[in-house]
Amino acid sequence: MVTAVKAKSVACNDLDPALLVRAYRVMLLARATEDKLASLYRAGMIKGGVFLGKGQEALSTASSIFLQKGDIFGPLIRDQAGRLAFGDTVLDTFRTYLGSAKGPMRGRDGNIHRGRPREGYYAMISHLGALVPVVAGGLYARRLRGETGVVGVTSIGDGGTSTGAFHEGVNLAAVERLPLVVVVANNQYAYSTPNSRQFACADLLDKAAGYGIAGFKCDGTDPIASLETLQLAVQAAREGHGPQMVVATLLRLVGHGEHDDAGYVDAALRQANVGRDCLEVGARQLIGSDFATAEEIAVWTKETQAEVEGALNIAQREKGPDPADEDWQAISTERLVDGHHDLEDE
Amino acid sequence: MSVTYLEAIRAAQEKALTDDPRVFIYGQDVGAFGGAFKATKNLAAEFPGRVMDAPLSEDAIVGLAVGAAIEGARPIVEMQFADFSTVGFNQIVNQAATLYYRTEVPCPIVVRLPSGGTLGAGPFHSQSMEAVYAHYPGLVVMTPATVEDAYSMMLEAVAIDDPVIFCEHKLLYYHLKADKLPDTAQPVGKARIARAGRDATVVTYSAMLHESLQAAEDLLEDGWQIEVIDLRTVKPLDTDTILASVARTGRLLVVGEAWPWGGVNAEVISRVATEGFGLLDAAPMRLNARDTPVPYHPDLWAAHRPTASVIAARLRQLLTQ
Ligand SMILES: Cc1ncc(C[n+]2csc(CCOP(=O)(O)OP(=O)(O)O)c2C)c(N)n1
Ligand SMILES: [Mg+2]
Repeated sequence: MVTAVKAKSVACNDLDPALLVRAYRVMLLARATEDKLASLYRAGMIKGGVFLGKGQEALSTASSIFLQKGDIFGPLIRDQAGRLAFGDTVLDTFRTYLGSAKGPMRGRDGNIHRGRPREGYYAMISHLGALVPVVAGGLYARRLRGETGVVGVTSIGDGGTSTGAFHEGVNLAAVERLPLVVVVANNQYAYSTPNSRQFACADLLDKAAGYGIAGFKCDGTDPIASLETLQLAVQAAREGHGPQMVVATLLRLVGHGEHDDAGYVDAALRQANVGRDCLEVGARQLIGSDFATAEEIAVWTKETQAEVEGALNIAQREKGPDPADEDWQAISTERLVDGHHDLEDE
Repeated sequence: MSVTYLEAIRAAQEKALTDDPRVFIYGQDVGAFGGAFKATKNLAAEFPGRVMDAPLSEDAIVGLAVGAAIEGARPIVEMQFADFSTVGFNQIVNQAATLYYRTEVPCPIVVRLPSGGTLGAGPFHSQSMEAVYAHYPGLVVMTPATVEDAYSMMLEAVAIDDPVIFCEHKLLYYHLKADKLPDTAQPVGKARIARAGRDATVVTYSAMLHESLQAAEDLLEDGWQIEVIDLRTVKPLDTDTILASVARTGRLLVVGEAWPWGGVNAEVISRVATEGFGLLDAAPMRLNARDTPVPYHPDLWAAHRPTASVIAARLRQLLTQ
């Protein structure tokens, strides 16, 4: 039942021009946000790591832009763009990196480990693969409640596909025929580990056939191709055709984290098609299709930078959590909290 | 009419499914087959679509439960044996246990762990995992020792908003019986004085309660009155009830079936030593299983875990110290 769809690489056939513009502006906003995070990191203003998705904005945006209110999105490390497209804000991004008490994680978790589960925006844990069964479970509960037409999207890297959790989660979703779209961002490396040390199948898409689910392939550096592919995949899931796997090829254009110079990346890959910057490709597509002019794109870029500065100004003025005000409680049922800790009442 | 420990667990799940449409059961062979131990017997037929066979994927089973809980469901998941929960460990301790702290969204799941040793079960179908889970913040760990508690604590496990690790002892499944299911229950989180006494306190839980009660009975022949406390939940640990008992008896023996390093026994003794040192007339003692995998052969197994006679002997030492 595998429908391997070869991405169309040039013209924008069925895609709504307004959607491409919207997607491109999300990509710009993600890039500007991440550029700012990188400079904050270099200035020593962020505690802990900074993990960016530069080069993956097109695919990430496409992952969530077709989702609607009531859908579920479980993003991972490289999904700043997809997060913004799903409704996360630049302000909450900075709040989480800076540890603001007003952010969704209230200083209890940081950086990419953020979400608002009540709004269908799940907060990843670090353990790769672990989110796949959780998003499947969200969809399972929705179906049990009688809700139809709900879709869940989650993403994973080439490395994450080697985890047991990924395998268990995709297989379970397939058995349950859940409306789950798994977006595999094959960016050629898992930290420093190349694909040759990660899997032995010819193509990660081969795995879809093994699970008995539909598979799509696209060029993740190409915004139009990514959008068209995800549109098909999300629609197929929404219409009840079970899990869909999208495998996109691309390259992360930054280190694993900002501490990493990515010196291990093969120079030839940087020069190849997978090494293209999706923002440059997107600009060419917009201008080439007469959807936007270079001047308009320059204006959007400026507006985006202003938005980022504005959000950062707010987040930087907010306080972190006060340890003295914390309840230090890991469960919600007050009467079942286990007392008698060494640090209590100090 | 009488009801077994296993029937109580089944009945509680049936009541939970009846009373609350958000409840569903997910696990290997729990559907038409009724579960490896029959703890979900007939429930799939009674509640169509709500008691479902899962693939052999403990990680995904617990992960599914967490996702479902985020969306407002109240899943009960069955691990076929507690031992296999190691494969779902990551989802339990990193996903379920951190969700509320990180996001303010509670995670009302119940993970049922058929626990503890039985004859011939060997290294991988005998484990007692309560201490491992109790170590992690964000989990409630229940260890019912009686039919009444198996029933009422299962109902409460489903009702509370936090992840519950429900350690049900396989040795108690079939032979532990009560006249009927209880109408009322002691609240979860409170220990129970299973037998009152004045000479020494035994703190225990799960199947070791019955070995300890037998030992206390044996010592009565010599005139010793042993108080036996059933912890009921190991997290939270009802330290107040333990300290109050030690204040009366001055002597403490802690008995558990799990391995010795760290664990519930160590935690109980640590709390009594730090918070009730002055109450002790003798050094506290503990009895655990031996520090090896649980052996297969019945003779080895019998010598691997504490039994009533070993507990009685240790109590005699404690009483004459
Ligand atoms: C289960 C697990 N093991 C190890 C890690 C540490 N780790 C974080 S990211 C990463 C590489 C991930 O590679 P990939 O899945 O390809 O995603 P990418 O970083 O390329 O987007 C590793 C090993 C982890 N987060 N989770
Ligand atoms: Mg990768």
